[in-house]
Amino acid sequence: MVALSGNLLFIAFLLYLVGTAFFAGSIKDKKAREKDHGPNKWAKIGVTIAIAGFICQVGYFITRWVAAGHAPVSNLFEFTTFFGMCLVGAFIVIYFVYKLPALGLFTLPVALLLIGYAAMFPRDITPLVPSLQSNWLHIHVTTAALGQAILAISFVAGLIYLIKAVDHTKKTKEAIWLEVVLFGVVCTLGFIIISSVFGATGYKSEFHWIDNNNVEETLEYHLPALVGPHEGEHLTPDKFSPLVETPGIINAKKLNTVLWSLFTGAIIYLLFRLFVRKRMTLALQPLTKRVNLDLVDEVGYRSVLIGFPVFTLGALIFAMIWAQIAWSRFWGWDPKEVWALITWLFYAAYLHLRLSKGWHGKKSAWLGVIGFIIIMFNLIVVNLVIAGLHSYAGS
Amino acid sequence: MKKRRLVMRTAILVILFAAVAYTLYANFNKDNVHKVQIGKEAPDFVLVDMDGKEHQLSDYKGQGVFLNFWGTWCKPCEKEMPFINNQYEQFKDQGVQTIAVNISESNLAVNKFIERHGMNFPVVIDKNEDVKAAYGIGPLPATFLINPEGEVVKYHTGTLTEPMVKDFMTQIKP
Amino acid sequence: MMKQVKCECGHVNPHGTVLCESCGRVLVEEEKSKKLVDMRYEGSARRSQTYNKTIIDKIWNFFSSVKVGVTLIIITLAASAIGTIFPQEMYIPPTENASVYYEDQYGFAGEVYYTLGFHNLYSSWWYLLLIASIGVSLVICSLDRVVPLYRALKKQRVDRHEGFLKRQRLYRATTLASIEEDSFENIKVKLKEKRYNIREENGSILAEKNRFSRWGPYINHIGLIIFLIGGMLRFVPGMYVDELLWIREGETVVIPETKGEYYLENHEFILETYEKEKENEAFTTAIENNGTVAKNFQTNVSLYKESGETIAGQEPELEKVEDYELRVNEPLKFEQFALYQQSYKLGEISEMSFALTNKETNEEFGQMTIDLHNPQDEYTFENGYSVELMSYFPDFEFDENSEPVTKSRVPNNPAFIFKMFSPEHPDGEVSFVAIQQTIEPYGDNDLKMAFKGVDTQNVSALTVRKDLTLPILAIGGLIFMIGVVQGAYWNHRRIWIRRLGDQVLVAGHTNKNWHGLKREITHVFDGSGIQEPIDQSDEITNKKGKEE
Repeated sequence: MVALSGNLLFIAFLLYLVGTAFFAGSIKDKKAREKDHGPNKWAKIGVTIAIAGFICQVGYFITRWVAAGHAPVSNLFEFTTFFGMCLVGAFIVIYFVYKLPALGLFTLPVALLLIGYAAMFPRDITPLVPSLQSNWLHIHVTTAALGQAILAISFVAGLIYLIKAVDHTKKTKEAIWLEVVLFGVVCTLGFIIISSVFGATGYKSEFHWIDNNNVEETLEYHLPALVGPHEGEHLTPDKFSPLVETPGIINAKKLNTVLWSLFTGAIIYLLFRLFVRKRMTLALQPLTKRVNLDLVDEVGYRSVLIGFPVFTLGALIFAMIWAQIAWSRFWGWDPKEVWALITWLFYAAYLHLRLSKGWHGKKSAWLGVIGFIIIMFNLIVVNLVIAGLHSYAGS
Repeated sequence: MKKRRLVMRTAILVILFAAVAYTLYANFNKDNVHKVQIGKEAPDFVLVDMDGKEHQLSDYKGQGVFLNFWGTWCKPCEKEMPFINNQYEQFKDQGVQTIAVNISESNLAVNKFIERHGMNFPVVIDKNEDVKAAYGIGPLPATFLINPEGEVVKYHTGTLTEPMVKDFMTQIKP
Repeated sequence: MMKQVKCECGHVNPHGTVLCESCGRVLVEEEKSKKLVDMRYEGSARRSQTYNKTIIDKIWNFFSSVKVGVTLIIITLAASAIGTIFPQEMYIPPTENASVYYEDQYGFAGEVYYTLGFHNLYSSWWYLLLIASIGVSLVICSLDRVVPLYRALKKQRVDRHEGFLKRQRLYRATTLASIEEDSFENIKVKLKEKRYNIREENGSILAEKNRFSRWGPYINHIGLIIFLIGGMLRFVPGMYVDELLWIREGETVVIPETKGEYYLENHEFILETYEKEKENEAFTTAIENNGTVAKNFQTNVSLYKESGETIAGQEPELEKVEDYELRVNEPLKFEQFALYQQSYKLGEISEMSFALTNKETNEEFGQMTIDLHNPQDEYTFENGYSVELMSYFPDFEFDENSEPVTKSRVPNNPAFIFKMFSPEHPDGEVSFVAIQQTIEPYGDNDLKMAFKGVDTQNVSALTVRKDLTLPILAIGGLIFMIGVVQGAYWNHRRIWIRRLGDQVLVAGHTNKNWHGLKREITHVFDGSGIQEPIDQSDEITNKKGKEE
């Protein structure tokens, strides 16, 4: 059952990849461009494949649930893949309302990156610690993830809007920032690639080091150590030795991973620039040529409208109910809780700005992008860097 | 019309600001809220001292009661015991009763402590910690001053100096 | 009296109205030059903008501004984020002193963090003030907008002014030689199919649906205000209890804050971990990789209620209420209280056994067991042997003068001073005994206290909670959800059809989801001979696009 589940996820991953290619084809298709009505054959195949992928991933989810006896949303890997699944699900629904192939072209890669990112963390089925043994685990986490996924659609819509609407031939602030956002996405890819490469070779180097409380600890790196831990003693001298040593208050291993991700991301980015000889945004712009800006703007806005109540229910209200049952208080200012509140406040501001201040178009698109950055911050940084009740044990 | 609007707005703003002011005030004072309030009647209790004598608070109506909560392990408690003992001797005939409530320790520990410090005033042990709960005692030592009417006059946490003990006992002299 | 504006149609509007409440005619000159009218709040007069004389009005207007509201939200958001950089004081180890902990752990940044008070950010006065300001802003913003909006929607006429219709985003005029009543009827049928409410006057039609969705924002704001009131009530004495109760196995103690009414007995504390042999096979790798994973924290308790009228200190008369297995996620509830499994301490020493032994021959003269919570003064054996307990230190350490003292009353590290009496030593030999340590202060003894064993017990920590604000918070949350769903999942749509001479003017408006409205309009006007309205904002953007 566990193996079947893993295979289904892998198939889903491949299908999303193929689906992306078809969506790209649907936009490149010259014949389709001439007649303006409805999605073309490519797009239809693309969405069919996406649905097949989605079904496979639901299969993964169900089989893993059966195998574990609890909903697979209890660790970082499971949560992030589920998030990716909800994103694809939200896309499929919205696709049938708006028939926007470009949305598929940009959503599926985001889902792919999420699943790829998730796979870099321990994939074991973990038994539940006492505080997680509750039906609220399923209710709270799935609703919260669904809400975030719907909100993430507004990021994709915003991105499409900006890629099309911003004039990338000039060096405006807007153009540069958008390029930075794309670079961030590339670095995620960098993280996945570099972790997979060294993971496949089984790279390992060990250190003894002195932590902040003057206690000696061991640390195991799975990437070559660019930066070493505080007063670190390298135990595997045949492996790459660190260039710099960090002070005790910094987690050297995490910093090392971040550096590697940036480094790999930079290489991918430079290669891209070398071969395409264009800024990334400019290279992507033709893909958005047929997009109706007003429609994309509306998709972005609607996904916030639909996602906001779901997010409130899942990430705040259900969370409070469960926290009251498990920890005796509905709110404890735990970093994860605070970041859910921040996300909520941010989208509340988005809605007010749009409704009352008339922030449409680019401004609204940027807010969609920033909102997703906050969601990702909550998923990645808060889980891995800021310790708290929600922090998943991971590397 | 205009006037009515002004009245409405003023009323709403006053209500809102009063609520905000109360919240801020309550937040500032949340650490000063005590179970037993000054001016209210002190919760009655009955405990047995080390000589087997029963002490019920309500029996001491008409006398002031210097009620001290302590522990043998607590350094500041140890420091103030001789002062309390001295002042007890001064005030016991002036209608001020002293009761020291130990929080749930063994008889042995308390007896050895009394021996070591030559304490003459009644010491009782709150075995079930229900007197502690009734008085909402936090950190030790904690001292309550109860006047002859049985009302709490003062609540003090932290070490006492001898002049303070004297001043306190003077305050509750009948 | 403030100046009121009388429209050509005869309707008298409040001062500051942009679009006549009744017919929709543009009343403000500068708005007339615009291609599209601003439909937010229906062009009604936001009162706050129109009275600005007294200080009360100024304060009112400040909080009435959405700009101020959004600014408050953004400041709160940023402040909340700052609070997560380092752990809040409540999450640092309880034994640590905050004033040194932050500097120790996080260096200079930590020191700054502590100095600025960010270690207690969420209960700081300024953070509370921010939240409170958002609350004030919620009340005033809502009041200021909902009343005029209600008026405008209530007073709207069916045959809107031409200038109003022309300036709608969806608009088109069709010139018809003759108007066929049939196609009009057909349109009405189709509108009804789509659940529109239809009003007709002078041959004009106003089709409207889901007006209630316009109240969604105000309802969710009411929910939020109730929620904030609930949060505020926490500070009212008696509404909220948060106590930690440490209770040993076998102990019966009073539950704090219940006025001595309820007692709890701890029968047993149970800690279970996952064992890979016994569990689901799927867990095997995870258990191997992670080592021990906790499975269950449980305290088996009995809850008692005091039945007599005893006062504190008296032996209470207890009546059992229930036995309960208290686990994480399964609190024990009684009256307004709930007990939660919070923490535990395993293996606290409860009893220690010694044997009075001859050091040379190892001959034992008697065994004794000391109850660490109630040790005896003396333990007597046969043949004239006995042991006196001179001092007892439950939580022993040496103080600055190298004197043995106890840190607390909890037997974490018990130590004793024994006086051992024997026929050979009628005056006794003194021995200091701690764990793994014996000191003989007066030279070499003949006898020793040989350690025989310990008995341990577990201690469970339970949170005692009473929170009377919960129902209010729940109601607030529920109303918020209703309001937000009502506002987000339904759209207020209107379609105007007006006959003016040989022209039919058609305009459409929705507060959101134009795509949906357009599809409905396409369906409604399909085959009617009336051209469906076009999106004038498209034209504007396209024109802009061409100019560039």
